[in-house]
Parts: sequence; C-alpha cells; structure tokens
Amino acid sequence: MNWFKYSSPQTFFPLAGKLAVWFGVLAAIACTAGLYLGFFAAPTDAQQGEAYRIIFIHVPAAWMSMFLYLVMAFWAGLGLAFNTRLSGMMASAIAPTGALFTFIALWTGSLWGKPTWGTWWVWDARLTSELILLFLYFGFMALQAAIDDPRRADKAGAVLALIGVVNIPIIYFSVKWWNTLHQGASVSLTKAPTMAATMLTGMAVMAFGFWFYSIAAALMRARCIMLERERASEWVADYARGSA
Amino acid sequence: MNWGSLENFLAMGGYAFYVWGSYLVTLGLVIAEIVLLALRKRSALARLRLHGTAQGDR
Repeated sequence: MNWFKYSSPQTFFPLAGKLAVWFGVLAAIACTAGLYLGFFAAPTDAQQGEAYRIIFIHVPAAWMSMFLYLVMAFWAGLGLAFNTRLSGMMASAIAPTGALFTFIALWTGSLWGKPTWGTWWVWDARLTSELILLFLYFGFMALQAAIDDPRRADKAGAVLALIGVVNIPIIYFSVKWWNTLHQGASVSLTKAPTMAATMLTGMAVMAFGFWFYSIAAALMRARCIMLERERASEWVADYARGSA
Repeated sequence: MNWGSLENFLAMGGYAFYVWGSYLVTLGLVIAEIVLLALRKRSALARLRLHGTAQGDR
C-alpha cells in the first residue's frame, strides 16, 4: 500500500470522510460501554463516595489533552521539516479538539476539587501547567488565525507548538517533581493498580472513546480546512458541485 | 453498582451537582463541537458554490 498516496488533500479527503464516520461510531460504542461501567459496574469509593465518578471523564480528558498536543506538534513539526500541505492542516485540525479536552480536564477537575479538597482551584504545579496547556492551544489557534497566508500561518504555529512541547513532561511529572495538592498518577506501568478493576476498566474504555472521538472530530475539521484552503482546485469544485 | 431507584442515581450520594455538572458540560461541549463542525462544512460548501461558478465550470 502506498501511504504517500494519501499525503495529498485530494486523495485524503474522501478517506478522511469514511474514517471520521467509523471512528465516530466506535467513539459512541466505547463511551456508552464506558459510562455503563462507570455508573453501574464500578463500586462506590470508600473515601470519596460517588464524587469520584468524575474520574471517568477527568482522567481520560486530561490524557487526551496532553496526547493531542503531542500529535499536533508532531504534524506541525513534520510540516515544518518537509513542507507538506496536509501536515499543517492536520495540526490546525487537532488544536480546537485538544483545547476542548484541556478545558474539560480543568472544568471536571474543579468540580472534583471542591467536594474533595474544599476548593475549586489552587495554583499547584499540576493545575497551573494544565492551564498553561490551554493557553498554548489558544495561542496556537490565535497565531494561525492572525496570519492570512496559510503556509506562513502553519510555519509560525509549528514553531509555537514545538516550543510548547516542553510543557507536556512538566504536566505529566509535576505531581512527582513538586509537592502538589493534586494526587499522583492514577495509573502506573510499574506499580500494581491501586483502584478496583472495574473502575480502571471503565476509565480505560472511556479513554478509548475520547480517543476515537478526537480522531473523528479532527478528521471532520481537516476536511473543512481542505475545502477552505484548496478552494481554487478542480477536485474541490467537483466535490462542491457533487454535494449540491 | 445497584442504585435501587432513579432518585438515588440522580442524587449521586449527595454529589449530584459536581458529578452531573461534569458530565453535562462535557456532553454539551462535545455536541457543540459536532454542530460547529457541521456548520463550518456547510458554509465552506455554500461559499464554494457561490464563488466556484464565478470561475466558470471547467
């Protein structure tokens, strides 16, 4: 299979449309299963009561916020290095969804912090670095929106995205490096799980659901960007006529 | 987890505001993103049909 075939917007556009539908369906299935596990299979937490059930969106959203940033920076870097059109489009397509999950992580964290810590917000390292991540996403989008030429916007955005990567390990290891109010990692590769198996499974299934959703949303947005940027090309004109 | 009744489920052991506040806002934002994406595609296509014909049907 020739993968480079799909590196041109013209051939990627229909593929992205099909993939978006499939990943959307997978996301719906995974989130339904995850919510069932989270609300009906997982037991009540001994210390936090039912408030802990926020974990099933908070942790997957926080994972996605960091993961999507890395994927965005990867595409941005690829575009900067090889000057490929599609890479910049993919980076721009991921940014708003990444910002969405960063906001959800902060929002649900705040609603979880109030009943368990007694405060909506503290300026501890984990929360502050996650807030900086939100500003990095906003900065990336604002910078791109401020530059008219899409290729120059991609380049400027890519530099910002790549510099911002430094923040990701800071978020991830903040609970280790500093004394934070935020608890340590919930899931570790080196230690045995500290929570009930059903809780862990529910969280993992929700994470897959969010992951599939992110792919679907980013592909849908990439298709919009292709239509907008390639509007002068023949295939876009054909597509617009065909879908009239 | 057996909630017993719908009231118990909705009450979330007294944490209804925090739990449902998290879930409903997340659901609302995700729906908003999907709607915005559909609108963005529709307006892109509308603009193409408007200007596309100006370039002539090649």
